[in-house]
Amino acid sequence: MISIKNLHASINGKEILKGINLEVKAGEIHAIMGPNGSGKSTLSSVLAGREDYDVTEGEVIFNGKNLLDMSAEDRAREGLFLAFQYPIEIPGVSNINFLKTAINEIRAYNGKEAMEAKDFLALVKEKQKLVELDAKLTGRSVNEGFSGGEKKRNEIFQMAILEPKLAILDETDSGLDIDALRIVANGVNKLHSKNNAFIVITHYQRLLDHIVPDFVHILYNGQIVKSGTKELALELEAKGYDDIKHQFEKLQG
Amino acid sequence: MANEILDDHIQNEYKWGFTTDIESETFAKGLNETVIRALSKKKNEPQWLLDIRLKAFAQWLTMPEPNNWAHVPYPKINFQDISYYSAPKVKPELKSLDEVDPELLKTFEKLGISLEEQKRLSGVQSNIAVDAVFDSVSVKTTFRETLAEKGVIFCSFSEAVQEHPELIKKYMGMVVPFADNYYAALNTAVFSDGSFCYIPKGVRCPMELSTYFRINSSGTGQFERTLIVADEGSFVSYLEGCTAPQRDENQLHAAVVEIIAHKGAEVKYSTVQNWYPGDKDGKGGIFNFVTKRGICLDENSKISWTQVETGSAITWKYPSVILKGDNSVGEFYSVAVTNNKQEADTGTKMIHIGKNTRSTIISKGISAGFSNNSYRGLVQIRKGAKNARNFSQCDSLLMGDTCGAHTFPYIEIKDKSAIVEHEATTSKIGEDQLFYCKQRGIDTEKAVALIVNGYCKEVLNKLPMEFAVEAQKLLAISLEGSVG
Ligand SMILES: Nc1ncnc2c1ncn2[C@@H]1O[C@H](COP(=O)(O)OP(=O)(O)OP(=O)(O)O)[C@@H](O)[C@H]1O
Ligand SMILES: [Mg+2]
Repeated sequence: MISIKNLHASINGKEILKGINLEVKAGEIHAIMGPNGSGKSTLSSVLAGREDYDVTEGEVIFNGKNLLDMSAEDRAREGLFLAFQYPIEIPGVSNINFLKTAINEIRAYNGKEAMEAKDFLALVKEKQKLVELDAKLTGRSVNEGFSGGEKKRNEIFQMAILEPKLAILDETDSGLDIDALRIVANGVNKLHSKNNAFIVITHYQRLLDHIVPDFVHILYNGQIVKSGTKELALELEAKGYDDIKHQFEKLQG
Repeated sequence: MANEILDDHIQNEYKWGFTTDIESETFAKGLNETVIRALSKKKNEPQWLLDIRLKAFAQWLTMPEPNNWAHVPYPKINFQDISYYSAPKVKPELKSLDEVDPELLKTFEKLGISLEEQKRLSGVQSNIAVDAVFDSVSVKTTFRETLAEKGVIFCSFSEAVQEHPELIKKYMGMVVPFADNYYAALNTAVFSDGSFCYIPKGVRCPMELSTYFRINSSGTGQFERTLIVADEGSFVSYLEGCTAPQRDENQLHAAVVEIIAHKGAEVKYSTVQNWYPGDKDGKGGIFNFVTKRGICLDENSKISWTQVETGSAITWKYPSVILKGDNSVGEFYSVAVTNNKQEADTGTKMIHIGKNTRSTIISKGISAGFSNNSYRGLVQIRKGAKNARNFSQCDSLLMGDTCGAHTFPYIEIKDKSAIVEHEATTSKIGEDQLFYCKQRGIDTEKAVALIVNGYCKEVLNKLPMEFAVEAQKLLAISLEGSVG
């Protein structure tokens, strides 16, 4: 699905990603954990094609294509989706209109004709149910005046509509109440298939109780310093990042 | 980053920039009493109207040209270098559409206004009647018969002068006095044509009325006059559209629009102004210096201005409402877009005279490129205007950092019972918003259109359906290439 090799990226001359290596196959769920400021959101932004970052080294292959050569919109059209840590408000643009534009742009890129209004509405209804999103929210302006939790749920709703091949969820669990967490996790599990993959960025083990990852990686200071199975998350939950920090400091000498 | 993206300007083509090869009769350039007399004679005008023209002209000669008004420096206009009358050589009286010069019909087709279509539709129901003004004259007004059944008069100003002189005499100059300002005086002296509309007592005009203005000839100015009178308890929705060919020279458009609303009447006036804005270096384009004003003459009347301004090199325009009748309502909804080197200074005046008068001002300015966009508005509450209320909201959206947005709200309150609220915001089109859209597969061009249309929604919602769709497309086209 995606293969990241020795990815270095910087912003304003400051290097944030210092050689990331990660391989995600179709059907897999990977979790990325790591302390604040370690570069998790940077990695998702760089993968999604945010232009503020300079990629200085490395290569990313997404379904056989060179991801870093593509514009942000083309990456999305190729099936990459990012659920934002801080979803953006677009006043005056209804969620429905926004999504309809998005889905038809993606379809056009893939040589499909625009969706009929009636089919689109049926799709909206179906996915709304899946993430138990209040029907009122779909008619409102994109994220405008949404509560923190509603914004996060709206990201998952959008993901459900767009059906990406690879979805990166950047701390989608933070700010969710217990019920919402379960609903979002259920949504992800229902959408998960052997043809798609997820990268789930989180600080908390509790999400991983619901979305069970095949692999867990720890990102620290712009590098993946440790990888393991779901037990690694449990270990972290118990011990914190101290061990990793110590090891790292030793390495730095 | 934003800068780099913005440097990447793509100049979009002005789609309406074609000219029509049509035989026309154009006066020699120059302005003096003889020209005015000739113009009046050409139009077979009564003496009283010629007298008004001459008086206005005498006034105009004594008035100083407003230069360097507002933020807008512009080259001095040589009024002797303009021709004040240009008309397609058509037969003096058109019995039917078949007599209209086919080239002219084609022009209107290109503009998306099919007069033929209108003809075919007549009899069947259609919801827009069109008065098409080409250079100095009105070439065709559709649906006159249908409207006449309801007693609605909708015709060119020149025809109204011939057929309804009593109405013209009574109302012309009532809201915009002949010497109101420099360009209004000039307009009164040399106005060529325009539209007239009268809605009788208690009539809800059965369709949208619309005037389409087109400047075609070079070296001419367009000075049209529109007069709308809504008698007691009537309602009319009026639309105005304008385009001009693409030329290297600047052309002057100095119109006057007057609206009179009697007791309980309502007039909705919508404009989509798309005069040629000049090229990306600011060469050419229309100077749009118009005076638009309405009066809520009697109680419970309402006038609402909605405008989408995307064109012109320079725009000065302050559609205003004099709220004379008690409980009358004035509204101003505006979207003004400037790109490249365009300059717009627009806003409104709400003059509260009657009791319990209310006004609302919603202004959305969008600036891109090296343009400047100013909101200038006056809310005046006169003494005795008990319980007057005003709400104003002026938002500016900047695309990039080489453009400017300015807000000049003037508030004069002479009655303590007034409640006046003013809100203003300035924001930049967010890189975050653009990235969010792109991450969902929407490219920059479409994202800008989406964000801008969302930003203007409150105003666009006020436009009649067909117009709103056109306005949305126009906003997108005007801003093409302004980001990434
Ligand atoms: N524009 C910028 N200029 C300078 N430094 C930046 C900029 N943007 C991000 N950074 C820095 O990059 C580092 C990584 O930030 P990032 O947002 O990727 O962290 P994160 O792992 O997602 O953290 P969190 O868990 O708090 O979300 C931080 O130290 C941050 O301050
Ligand atoms: Mg983060």
